[in-house]
Amino acid sequence: MAASGKSTIERVRATLARRNRAERRFKNFGRAAVLLGLLFLVLVFVNIILTGYSAFWQTFVKLPVHFDARVIDPRGGADPETLGSADYGALVKASVRSLFPDVSGRRHRRELGKLVSRGTVFQLRRMVLEDPSLVGSSTEVWVPVDDDYDMLHKGNVDRTLPETDRRLSDRQIAWFDRLADDGRVESRFNITFFTAGDSREPELAGIRGAAMGSFFTLAVTLLLSFPLGVATSVYLEEFAPRNRLTALIEVNINNLAAVPSIVFGLLGLAVFINLFGLPRSAPLVGGLVLTLMTLPTIIIAGRAALTSVPPSIREAALGVGASKLQMIVHHVLPLAMPGMLTGTIIGMARALGETAPLLMIGMVAFVVDVPQSVTDAATALPVQIFLWLDSPERAFVERASAAIMVLLAFLVAMNALAVVLRRRFERRW
Amino acid sequence: MGSPSLILALLGLSSVSYYLGWRRSISLAQGTVRNLHSLPGYHGLYTALWAAVPALLLLGIGVALKGPIVTNIVVSDLPQEVQSLSPERLNLIVNDIRNLASGNIASQKTPAMLAAADRYIRLQGYAAIAITVAVLAMGVFCGAIAWRTIQPGKRARNSVERIILGFLMASSTIAILTTVGIVLSVLFESIRFFQAVPVTDFIFGLDWSPQTAIRADQVGASGAFGAIPLFAGTLLISFIAMVVAVPVGLMSAIYLAEYARPRVRGVVKPLLEVLAGIPTVVYGFFAALTVAPFIRGMGEQVGLDVASESALAAGLVMGIMIIPFVSSLSDDVINAVPQAMRDGAYALGATRSETIKQVVIPAALPGIVGGVLLAVSRAIGETMIVVMAAGLAANLTANPLSAVTTVTVQIVTLLTGDQEFDSPKTLAAFALGLVLFVVTLGLNVIALQVVRKYREQYE
Repeated sequence: MAASGKSTIERVRATLARRNRAERRFKNFGRAAVLLGLLFLVLVFVNIILTGYSAFWQTFVKLPVHFDARVIDPRGGADPETLGSADYGALVKASVRSLFPDVSGRRHRRELGKLVSRGTVFQLRRMVLEDPSLVGSSTEVWVPVDDDYDMLHKGNVDRTLPETDRRLSDRQIAWFDRLADDGRVESRFNITFFTAGDSREPELAGIRGAAMGSFFTLAVTLLLSFPLGVATSVYLEEFAPRNRLTALIEVNINNLAAVPSIVFGLLGLAVFINLFGLPRSAPLVGGLVLTLMTLPTIIIAGRAALTSVPPSIREAALGVGASKLQMIVHHVLPLAMPGMLTGTIIGMARALGETAPLLMIGMVAFVVDVPQSVTDAATALPVQIFLWLDSPERAFVERASAAIMVLLAFLVAMNALAVVLRRRFERRW
Repeated sequence: MGSPSLILALLGLSSVSYYLGWRRSISLAQGTVRNLHSLPGYHGLYTALWAAVPALLLLGIGVALKGPIVTNIVVSDLPQEVQSLSPERLNLIVNDIRNLASGNIASQKTPAMLAAADRYIRLQGYAAIAITVAVLAMGVFCGAIAWRTIQPGKRARNSVERIILGFLMASSTIAILTTVGIVLSVLFESIRFFQAVPVTDFIFGLDWSPQTAIRADQVGASGAFGAIPLFAGTLLISFIAMVVAVPVGLMSAIYLAEYARPRVRGVVKPLLEVLAGIPTVVYGFFAALTVAPFIRGMGEQVGLDVASESALAAGLVMGIMIIPFVSSLSDDVINAVPQAMRDGAYALGATRSETIKQVVIPAALPGIVGGVLLAVSRAIGETMIVVMAAGLAANLTANPLSAVTTVTVQIVTLLTGDQEFDSPKTLAAFALGLVLFVVTLGLNVIALQVVRKYREQYE
């Protein structure tokens, strides 16, 4: 130091400004990283909400329908069978044409026919079957429009594009605008989205089927993984002798927690479906696979909860003559339960969002019916999102992001429940 | 009686047994429970368990055996010329009979098959009745015997606890059974695959086009199973993901652990962890719908040709997903570095960033490396993002702007949709699964080892 001719304090001072700049720079890097992470979070959420919020509304058009007796009840007598199998498509066509009497020519009429949803036919049929006195009368009926017009009304169709690049022609857009000017077009809350199963028509598609599929899958998962998880963690934490076998089990559980979920799907396909012959696409198999996947999470949380119960509780119970199992069931488990439940809820939330293993066991089928039991063919919410995103219609993309919002709402609720449980019942000893 | 209602009946039976056992022990106790070795409840439980468990086991065996036995009987009654068919054809016919029996559409309907279907239905009915009777009889019989053996000195509690302990032990072996199941299922199918395609072709081949020819004269169906392009694609996307996730995750962990005030930390940390809780299908949606078109548009602006399913988009979004993973693992290890080491550095006049760079990070490095390895294994095994945002074409390239495919994407493509189970095409998925399992397992074992070593250092 003396060699440089400066004292230590001088050397420090000389570099201090540079070092402080480096300090600030480093701190700002850290701040930038945190902000970047938060920015990504906001981006994902805003993006989904912006693409999806409009799916909760559906455009309806008021259609003057004449329930022509010659078409739907030619023989008279309002026989339910005749009414059920009548040609309601003709009614719909006639109604739409009556709105635009000036349209002529086959091609134009066919274009016109695409105005309303294909579900209109079933809607009219249902109306007539419920109230056969409608036959012969005329009324105004609000019916959903086809998904292309729905997108037009929601402003998702760029009118400035050349006609050939749009799904709707200039003429079709003009018709729709005329209807809108007549006050025949209205946006309503999209109830179908919550009550219907999947459909090829976006305006008729809903998440009920997928949500029920997810519900059955999760029910199976919960019923199996919670008892098994609690039993395993109790055994490993309280009874297991410290030997090779237990060490092996522990390593195993830690590793299983990190095995890619798709590998569990392969296991489900090879063992549950091909070996045991369980039905494909069934929530039962989905639940079994997700059980194996969530068990490690539950076991790890359960063991942490058990270790946090202080030894004094155990000793007190044993001291007054309880057997080991009585001590655990009567004293340790109730105290560890909040932690175990928290772990279970977090595991369930993860299982709810899981997609890949369900693809492997065939829960990607196109299922229109709402599943009624754990062995019916079904999809799950995340799989439904995946399927809709694969469809070409813009309206399905919108519905996929709406389904994501529903899924995220469930996840937030589950995680909030876990946080509340932890806050309310967690005890620090 | 179907299995669910039979199980309900058994539950009812065992609750009745519980009550009976409880009653008997009380009456034997002659008014003072102290005369009993075990509390009356244990006597009840003892009886109930005996009534339910053997019967349930019998039910399981019965259900498992019912199908094959009935099928065998039906097949043995089929005409001789049908029985001499090849096993596959015979299988088809059996399937048709089952379809006819359950009222579904079958590919062929002959009188003989209709008769067989009738027979099948009838035998199924007999089997169901036999199982119901046997199971209920078993339950009543075992319950009655257990009830008879109740004595004041009977060690019912010990017996019940032994049974419960047995259940606990059995459930803890499920973890091992799962691993064994995974290994065996992917291994068996992989071995069958490697009988058709040599291992060396699979591991070192440069060409991946799994479309095998159904007919011999088909064109464009080479059936090449060289997995190198898939490995390269997986590594490329994982690398991009780590380039995003490691700096952002590590820096935010450092900031939150060393600089942020507790209140900021309390808010920001859970928010960042929300990123880890978002389902991967949502990230896939984000990648395919927003990020990929954005990158493509940017590329067009500067005159670059970007594939619409570029590796960059999938990798970027996967990186976002992994940020909280890296940051929370690094946060743990940074917090585990003893404060004394920081204080030592401060005492020597080091600034905070110098302390972090020269003391904290080197001390925490093994833990951070372990965390990053875990994150890499996460990235390699991630499926939905790449299925939705990466391509299907197996290009062997290092260009992040072109489309590549990954191991997981190929597994999904090969196994979704209709397939027969013994073509090399579907078996290839299991071989890929085996590779995936081995690689991620290896990474995890190494990572856990590194982390554990590091923890021991400071404990």
